[in-house]
Amino acid sequence: MTPIFFLLFAAVALGAALMVVLQRNPVASALYLVLAFCSLAGLYVLLHAPFLAAVQVIVYAGAIMVLFLFVIMLLNLQKDVEAGLHRAARRVFGWLLGLVLAAQLYLLLRGPWGLGPQGQEPAAAVHAAGNTQTIGVRLYTDFLLPFEVTSILLLVAIVGAVVLSLRKGEREGVEEAP
Amino acid sequence: MQIPGLSPDLNWFVWTVVKVVALMTAVLLPVPFVVWAERKVAGHSQFRPGPIRVGPYGLIQPFADVVKLLFKEETLPAKANKVVYFLAPMIALLPAITVMSVVPVGPSFYATDVNVGLLVFLAMSSLGVYAITLAGWAGNNKYGLIGGLRSSAQMISYELSMGLSVIGVVLLAGSLSLVDIVEAQGGTLFGFLPRWYVFYQPVGFVAFVLTMLAETNRVPFDLPEAEAELVAGYHVEYSSMKFAAFFMGEYMNMLAISAICTTLFLGGWHGPWLPPLWGGPLWFFAKVAVLMVCFLWIRWTFPRLRYDQLMNLGWKVLLPLTLANAMVTALGVALREGWFR
Repeated sequence: MTPIFFLLFAAVALGAALMVVLQRNPVASALYLVLAFCSLAGLYVLLHAPFLAAVQVIVYAGAIMVLFLFVIMLLNLQKDVEAGLHRAARRVFGWLLGLVLAAQLYLLLRGPWGLGPQGQEPAAAVHAAGNTQTIGVRLYTDFLLPFEVTSILLLVAIVGAVVLSLRKGEREGVEEAP
Repeated sequence: MQIPGLSPDLNWFVWTVVKVVALMTAVLLPVPFVVWAERKVAGHSQFRPGPIRVGPYGLIQPFADVVKLLFKEETLPAKANKVVYFLAPMIALLPAITVMSVVPVGPSFYATDVNVGLLVFLAMSSLGVYAITLAGWAGNNKYGLIGGLRSSAQMISYELSMGLSVIGVVLLAGSLSLVDIVEAQGGTLFGFLPRWYVFYQPVGFVAFVLTMLAETNRVPFDLPEAEAELVAGYHVEYSSMKFAAFFMGEYMNMLAISAICTTLFLGGWHGPWLPPLWGGPLWFFAKVAVLMVCFLWIRWTFPRLRYDQLMNLGWKVLLPLTLANAMVTALGVALREGWFR
């Protein structure tokens, strides 16, 4: 059963990802991105990583994409709005970024294809200890510093959002305060 | 249970199908009766009898309503985005059915025991926002769009508090699996009080009930469909069975979220006197029914919150409260486990 589901989710994820780029309607693009995220979650489940799958849906499909849709609908972008750059400039940038991605893919795929189980925690051990527990222990021991740095980064973003959303008079009041 | 003459794989498959069908029926079948109950509660709250003409006590009234809806004209706004317009009512029905797949109704009566069951529920409730947002946008109607955007803002605000209010339960049970959480609530406290988490987590329970009202867009948080301001809100452009899908979706979500609340705080299928095998599901649905009646009762007794009051309650009251609750619970669990010795 697993290979069938893998092919299904992989095909849907790739197809949806393509449609994100090919669609001219921004709302349709966003919806295809949600579909791609959901199929990715399905792939995580097949890899015995249910925690990642659930978090993928909660954070990306459920929170971030809802905010994206929110903004698109509020701005009411019906048609493909031209970006600030000139058409030719965009084309050059597109080719450049595409080349970088192709080079990365080449370097990655040059090695042997089947990488096999790698790392200190094989899937069987993670499955026995519990997915959530393993991730939690790792996050709060080995990766404590990156974890805390990330939370400070998010705090900075929150403070920034609050400052930006203040009205002019209010902002001056804030700056005057010691 | 093993059916004689079947291979273990096929046996598992047959039982899973049976359970899935039973659980889907458990969310779909009560809907007409909940609709009937809503109209009866509404009627009696306002000193009128409610539906009495169709069938005994008006019990057949919801079926008459369905027939009426089926015969209504299907409309399609000229400037609607057709695909999204058809997609939204379907998404409205999806989360409730999916959530039921991880809810243990009886001792071994659940479709699947995922070890992240609670997260599956949170994921599905966060996907439920799409139905309303897309419905509001697809019809290309100002009132619909405002209703849809209001509901997205509301659901995003209250989802956070909902996630935080259940952290206490997860800490106490030490698992995200709903089956384990129910198992941990067996037995009694001081010999008479059932060991339900509502007694350990009163603050979490109150916060969960409030966010649960907000997530299902019920009074006092039904701003997305405030009739007086927004005509009908996000489903203003929908008619016939597509409107009925939203209507059913609301009641199915109420049932599913009541089932989750029962599982997390009210001991799930645990109950005295009856043998767990068939008494478990009975107790489970009795508790769900009590919560459903509370839903209806609240709807017909409380006024609607204003938009700024809603946001204040969500961000300035519920969020700090649930955060503090999670921290205090974590401290308590750490003391219980003896981590400070």
